[in-house]
Amino acid sequence: MSHLLEVKNLEVRFALRFGDLTAIDGVSFTLDKGERLGLVGESGAGKSVTGFAIINLISKPGYISRGHILFDGENLAELPGEKMRDIRGNRISMIFQDPMMTLNPVLTIGTQMCETLMAHRNISRKQAEAVALEKLRKVYISSPEQRLSQYPHEFSGGMRQRIVIAIALLTDPALIIADEPTTALDVTIQAEIMDLLLELCASEDMGLILITHDLGVVSRVTEKIAVMYAGKIVESGPTENIITDPLHPYTKGLIRALPDPERRGQGERLQQIPGTMPTLTALPRGCSFHPRCEIKGGICEKEIPESRAVKGQKREVACHMAENPSPPPVYEREGA
Amino acid sequence: MNSRQTEKILSVRNLVKHFDISGGFLEQLAFEKGKIIRRHTVVKALNNVSFSIAPGEIFSVVGESGCGKSTLARTAIGLYPPDSGEVFFGGERIDHLSPRQMLPFRARMQMIFQDPYASLNPRMTVRQILEEPVFFHRPGISRAEAGDRVAAVMEQVGVDPQWAGRYPHEFSGGQRQRISIARALMVDPEFIVADEPISALDVSIQAQILNLLMEAREKRGLTYMIITHDLSVVAHISSRVAVMYLGSLCELSPADQMFDHPRHPYTRALLSAIPRLGSKKKHIRLTGEVPTPIRLPSGCVFHGRCPYADARCKTEIPLPLSPEPGIITACHGLEEGRIPLSPE
Ligand SMILES: Nc1ncnc2c1ncn2[C@@H]1O[C@H](COP(=O)(O)OP(=O)(O)OP(=O)(O)O)[C@@H](O)[C@H]1O
Ligand SMILES: Nc1ncnc2c1ncn2[C@@H]1O[C@H](COP(=O)(O)OP(=O)(O)OP(=O)(O)O)[C@@H](O)[C@H]1O
Ligand code: SF4
Ligand SMILES: [Mg+2]
Ligand SMILES: [Mg+2]
Repeated sequence: MSHLLEVKNLEVRFALRFGDLTAIDGVSFTLDKGERLGLVGESGAGKSVTGFAIINLISKPGYISRGHILFDGENLAELPGEKMRDIRGNRISMIFQDPMMTLNPVLTIGTQMCETLMAHRNISRKQAEAVALEKLRKVYISSPEQRLSQYPHEFSGGMRQRIVIAIALLTDPALIIADEPTTALDVTIQAEIMDLLLELCASEDMGLILITHDLGVVSRVTEKIAVMYAGKIVESGPTENIITDPLHPYTKGLIRALPDPERRGQGERLQQIPGTMPTLTALPRGCSFHPRCEIKGGICEKEIPESRAVKGQKREVACHMAENPSPPPVYEREGA
Repeated sequence: MNSRQTEKILSVRNLVKHFDISGGFLEQLAFEKGKIIRRHTVVKALNNVSFSIAPGEIFSVVGESGCGKSTLARTAIGLYPPDSGEVFFGGERIDHLSPRQMLPFRARMQMIFQDPYASLNPRMTVRQILEEPVFFHRPGISRAEAGDRVAAVMEQVGVDPQWAGRYPHEFSGGQRQRISIARALMVDPEFIVADEPISALDVSIQAQILNLLMEAREKRGLTYMIITHDLSVVAHISSRVAVMYLGSLCELSPADQMFDHPRHPYTRALLSAIPRLGSKKKHIRLTGEVPTPIRLPSGCVFHGRCPYADARCKTEIPLPLSPEPGIITACHGLEEGRIPLSPE
């Protein structure tokens, strides 16, 4: 069976004054119809850049230097601009981390929503407005009829975020890339929005890539996870396995840093992973995680760990020392 | 000047802020029952909100998206003029000041905006963004001294100072959020309003930033007003918590009281929604029409969703009352004693 999306060996670089910066380094994953993938990792790990690369929206000093992105059999990395515009915002929607990447500050949201829809569908303004209202209700915008004539700055932060989600849903896309879609939302509305996305994956076979730093949300919504660190996927596999039995020391650290609601207050310090993620222009030799790693061995400072399969499980880990990894070549990619 | 306000760093009294979103004249016209009428659409974002913050406090404001938290923050520090009500800062009334008269207050209070993208000028490098408030509020400072300060503050928020020459779009979302926190720390403010300061950050950096803010409080006696939807953070750091619903204050209590004995029915609903990792408990579903500040419910704004609502709740607006010193609630059911106190 062919995948809805196959990202292989993706590399993204930014040409800067003092040389190239590799933001994404050999990222590979697949997504099937109706499947839900969580992309997690610390700030600056390369999650958003991965999302931008999929819809071919890496701009000027940046470029895709290697790899391919197959969507429905077409390589998006090489698709001419015109054909890409047909896919972007139509069959693939991205919910940007920055709502103002979607919203035009000088247009009312009614105009923006209708124009988006009319650019991709042969429908009237009246019909487009009806769809817009339906989607705004789905994301719990109150009094949507009156809101259509408002400008983006007249909404609250969380409302803007929900309007961007409504815009992404307008064209009933086959794939949604949702980059931190609910950071500004309280738990109740956040849960409702996640339920809405889950429902669309189940009923419309929509694929979902959920980019977030919130492991709680990821564990509720996704069926598989890829953990990124300094531009690479360091661990990937079924959500359940990764949350309950993380193998990579970085993933372990992320899970341990979660606040425990039973132990609130009294200046309880959260367990931090010691140190910070290195700057991409000054990556350490060997495994980029080794300066912060508790289980590193001598090899970690010299050799970059390859991603390898974990015996008996459909998961991969890129760590020299993680327990249980089988030797490199035995992994078979499904459908390869 | 009465003495009660001078011991407070910030006091707001009966703040009201409405936004007219009727649009142009033609857009306001509507046809109703055979007649042309002119219709005004008004968002009632803040309705009679009062509270005071004492020096050194960490005062949190919580409530669902769109309930008026950011509007409250902006009105409180003089970015929006209130429609009515009063704002006092350090005992002085500031809500009616001209921008010029406001200047000396500007350096004493800083705001970390909810939207780090919109609040960072895309045409300025991070160094320029961070130096700007320093040169503005301390004109005598030398270039070298400002530069040192930039490097030190960038280091503190975990962004490599070598990147100071770059533009905001070259940073990731979380890095930009940290730059807007750095900007607020550049001058030495007495009071910081932080609107969702850590929502785009992962837990390990959240902890780092929170620890940094708490450290600044201990060292320099800073006072904070923090807006966040993350209730576990609120429980963790706040001294007092204000709960808002549709532009009204429902409850104001010390944080431990609030979390151990929530009083107002809305506070109880809000706290019951805190997710616990691993628990598969379904959240409380939102039902019915989404409440809107454009057509405010009559009486208590929460009555449509409240399990204790009765006839009085539907008609009469509950006033803020203090059942115990330090606690304020606005609820008829609590006042009448017909709502059982929540068990621990
Ligand atoms: N236009 C650009 N020019 C230069 N560097 C960039 C550019 N865009 C991103 N980067 C760098 O690429 C790295 C990855 O950024 P990305 O936005 O993907 O991070 P992220 O994982 O989404 O983090 P966050 O959780 O903070 O949003 C960062 O170090 C960032 O500074
Ligand atoms: N400049 C404005 N013009 C018109 N309406 C506005 C303006 N600013 C805010 N509003 C309205 O006021 C209400 C409250 O908005 P506010 O930004 O204060 O909410 P909030 O509690 O901060 O929500 P969130 O958690 O989503 O950020 C919303 O209905 C919003 O549309
Ligand atoms: S005043 Fe009435 S409706 Fe409002 S919260 Fe109290 S009991 Fe519920
Ligand atoms: Mg990002
Ligand atoms: Mg807000």
